Formats: sequence, structure tokens, C-alpha cells
Amino acid sequence: MTVVIGFEGSANKIGVGIVRDGEVLSNPRRTYITPPGQGFLPSETAKHHRSVILTVVREALDEAELSPADIDCVAYTKGPGMGAPLVTVALVARTLAQLWGKPLLGVNHCIGHIEMGRLITQANNPTVLYVSGGNTQVVAFSERRYRIFGETIDIAVGNCLDRFARVIKISNDPSPGYNIEQMAKKGTEYVELPYTVKGMDVSFSGVLSYIEEAAHKMLSSGQCTAEDLCFSLQETLFSMLVEITERAMAHCGSQEVLIVGGVGCNLRLQEMMGIMCKERGAKLFATDERFCIDNGAMIAQAGWEMFRSGYVTELPDSWITQR
Amino acid sequence: MALDSNRAKMPYLNKCSLIKQGAEARVYRGIFLGKPTIIKERFPKLYRHAVLDEKLTHRRTVQEVRSILRCRKAGISTPVVYFVDYTSHCIFLEDLVGSITVRDHIASSQESGQDPVCLSSLAEEMGKILAKMHDEDVVHGDLTTSNMLLRQGSEDAKPDLVLIDFGLSFTSALPEDKGVDLYVLEKAFLSTHPNTEQLFQRLLKSYTHASKKAPAVIKKLDEVRLRGRKRSMVG
Repeated sequence: MTVVIGFEGSANKIGVGIVRDGEVLSNPRRTYITPPGQGFLPSETAKHHRSVILTVVREALDEAELSPADIDCVAYTKGPGMGAPLVTVALVARTLAQLWGKPLLGVNHCIGHIEMGRLITQANNPTVLYVSGGNTQVVAFSERRYRIFGETIDIAVGNCLDRFARVIKISNDPSPGYNIEQMAKKGTEYVELPYTVKGMDVSFSGVLSYIEEAAHKMLSSGQCTAEDLCFSLQETLFSMLVEITERAMAHCGSQEVLIVGGVGCNLRLQEMMGIMCKERGAKLFATDERFCIDNGAMIAQAGWEMFRSGYVTELPDSWITQR
Repeated sequence: MALDSNRAKMPYLNKCSLIKQGAEARVYRGIFLGKPTIIKERFPKLYRHAVLDEKLTHRRTVQEVRSILRCRKAGISTPVVYFVDYTSHCIFLEDLVGSITVRDHIASSQESGQDPVCLSSLAEEMGKILAKMHDEDVVHGDLTTSNMLLRQGSEDAKPDLVLIDFGLSFTSALPEDKGVDLYVLEKAFLSTHPNTEQLFQRLLKSYTHASKKAPAVIKKLDEVRLRGRKRSMVG
């Protein structure tokens, strides 16, 4: 029996989760939400994490009905992510590992998402679409490593959505992406937006600049509503994501798709991917907001896999990295 | 169903054999005007919004044909375009019988542990052809080793390198766009064929020698490589 506690705080979510041999025992989380029109800055985010992390650790242990002695390994997000929050969380993980006398494991955030996705959905060897505020990649396992087949050449799709939300002052509670999704459901007019797929890669900064500039003009002239813009933006961005996923699948001959990352919660994206899969005779796997959005258990799960393979992170190597 | 009604419009397709369903289109093999033909059908993508789908499909069909013709005029080997049906978005192309993709060629060469020299000369040839294409200001947009074919001409002659799949292509003189074009190929190359970094370097070297505008493009390629891979997400 191996019990791993995982610490995740690379962006505005701080989560601590405990996993025992593939079973999630607890997974509490807090989100730092900024007022509409504002994004979250590293120092403020780190401050938020510092103020709640010990409470969340306590919750994780209580919910799992475990004490520190029952833990076998302490896993934390080594990167990628935002510097200040990563440091805050790593510090706590390091300290607790030393206080409890347990080995430490630095985990890659992206791998955390993928491993949790695989655990929850039991997908066998899927083409993975990892989409969040900080990442947009199409990943597949090949020759003993996870390899990136397609990705964004500039910003992540979640970042594009979040920044658009700021432009039209959509609330960030519970998350800008969620609110865009709700508004998009009420949109009816399709507005043409730039569509940029470059081979197996995508580019979002062009669409973002376009819509940042055009939004105000279009809204004030009454050409379309904010709901229409949300709808059109989703249709465009998600079509691009489905397209590059399909390309990777065609390239690798894969019959399974797994969507992970915060943007993976979006039901319209799941719907579109599902239609594409059906046309190809492939199977779609997706998780719900407990595991799509950054959480501690995914770090614990990836850490569990690494620990069982004999990896540990020595103290001098327990730094963090933004990339 | 949309698919069936599409096929009904093209009863011709029912007589052809479907050879593959790629991400973009279905590819059929048939005979057209007595010649072996490949028919590339860009069928509607149901997951896309109808307006977006029609715009994209039409644009890609038109762009593909235009770029193929532009390349041919510049002396780059591409399949001959026999006919285009713009309503069903079907392109009728010359079937390069007996050709194999560069992808399969490299894979089998690596598997059989063949003489690396022949792969090197292939890389050099690729660099030369791409330089020619970029000098024509044609950006392929989807360079992968699956989109390059090797056609055996006469017995002793070197195989002919043929470029296909110009659906994402466009016209541009910008080093940025050409740099991204090479970047797309580099990524596809290295992820599909592990341990071929040196081979790709050969390709780039050959490209640099063959094109006068290469230095600016390679500079952009170096820049593009640094982008996207975990850049700061503070918006």
C-alpha cells in the first residue's frame, strides 16, 4: 500500500490531494478569484496560497482520515507554472516532508494532468489534448516518453479565453472560462474570426488581438451581442483544437482521445471532440471539474507512479521551474 | 445523413476505392479520363459550425490547387491537377503509382539499418526543394514526412521528391511564415522519426545553400523555436 500526498499551486488554484494505490482519498482545493476585468498576478496569487495552504493540508488529512505517519511520500509541482506560487507550495512541501521524515518528489504539472486523466477514465493509449490557462498541447506516448505532437506557438487557449473575458468584463467567479461557456449557450449569431492552424500547431494571439480590438466596436454598433462573441470565439477556438487533435490521431493511428486541463471541463469542447471521434470510430475520454481543473490529487497520482518506479527528489534538487 | 447525401452528389465516388480517411479529407483511387487518379474529397466536418466549415473547406480547396500550380510552374514536382469540383470540394489529382511517402522510406531505412548516406542525400534534396518553394513565396503550412512522396522514375535515376497536401498553404514573402513552415516540419520530423536530429540539420544546411533568402528565414526559425514552450502565462 502506497499513500502519496500531492501539492499543486502552479496557477490560481491551490490544491492538496491524497491518493492510495489509485484511489483518491481526498482532494480539497481553493481558487484565487480576482475582480472582473483583472487577471491574477504572481505575487498576489502566492499571497493567497500562503494564507490558505495549511488549512487545505489539514482538510486533506482529515477527509482521508489519515495522519502524517500514514503518508509514504510527499509530491509537489516542480513546474511548469508561475514562479511565486510554485515557490510557496514547494516550500511547504519541503518543510512538511522534512518534519514528517518522508521522501520528496517533484512532479511535472502536465504529466499530473495526464496521469490523473488516465486513472479516472482508464483510457489505454490515448492521444491527449491538454488545454488550460497555461498550456495547450497534443501529447501522445511514444517510445517510452510522452511526446508533444502539436501545441500552441504562442499563448494557451485558456489564456485567450481569460483575456477575452477581461475585455468584456465577465466575472472570474468561479472561472472566466465557465462564464464564457454559459454565455455562449445563449449566443446565436456566428461572427467570423481568424482561424490559425499551422500544421499540427495552433496560434491564438492573432484571434485574441482581433477580438480584443473588434469586441467593443461590434458590441456598441449592435452588430452582435456579447453572447454571440462568446459563442463565435468558442466555436473558432475549439474547432482549431479538434482539428489538431484529429491530425495527431491520423498521424499516430490512434483510436482514443483524452481531454485534460481546465478548459477540458467545457462541455461544448467535449461535444465537438465527441462528434469528431464518432466520425472516425474513435473513443472520447473526459473528466469532470474535480480533475480537469488543477488539483492536488493529480500530483499525488503522478508522484505515486514515479515513487513506485523508484524515483525520489533529493532536497538539493527540489527547486521549481517556470518552464 | 450529411455524409450520404454528399456521396449521392458524387455517384462517381462510389465506383472508386477509398484508400484513406485523413484528418482533412477522404482520399479515393479511381480512373478519370483514362488516367489513374486520386480524388481528394473534403467532406463536411460536423463538429464545426456550418458557416465556418464551408468557409474553411472552400478556402483550403482553392488554396491547395493554387499552390500546386504555382509550385509546378516553378519546377517543383507536384501531382498534376486534372479537375476540381468546387461544389463537393473534390480535387482530381494524378495518382503517383508506385510512390511511397518519405515517412515510410525513412522508417524502413532506419529499421533495416540501411546505409545512412542515402538518407543524407534525401535530406539534402528536401532542403533544396523547400528552398525553391519558399523562394516562390509559397508557404506549405503542413510540412510533414507524410506529405512528401518519393517517385521512382527510370531504373537508375534518383527517386523524384514530390510535394503533396497543400491544403493549409498560402502566399507569403515573410521570413516569419517561412520560418514557422520549417518549424512545423522540424517538429513533425523529430516526433515521428526519433534520433534524426543530424539528418534534419543536413536538411537545413542544404536549404541555406539553396536559397538566397535563407539567413532571415533561419533566424526566424531560431526565434520561433523559443516560443510557445512554456512561455510566461501572465496575461
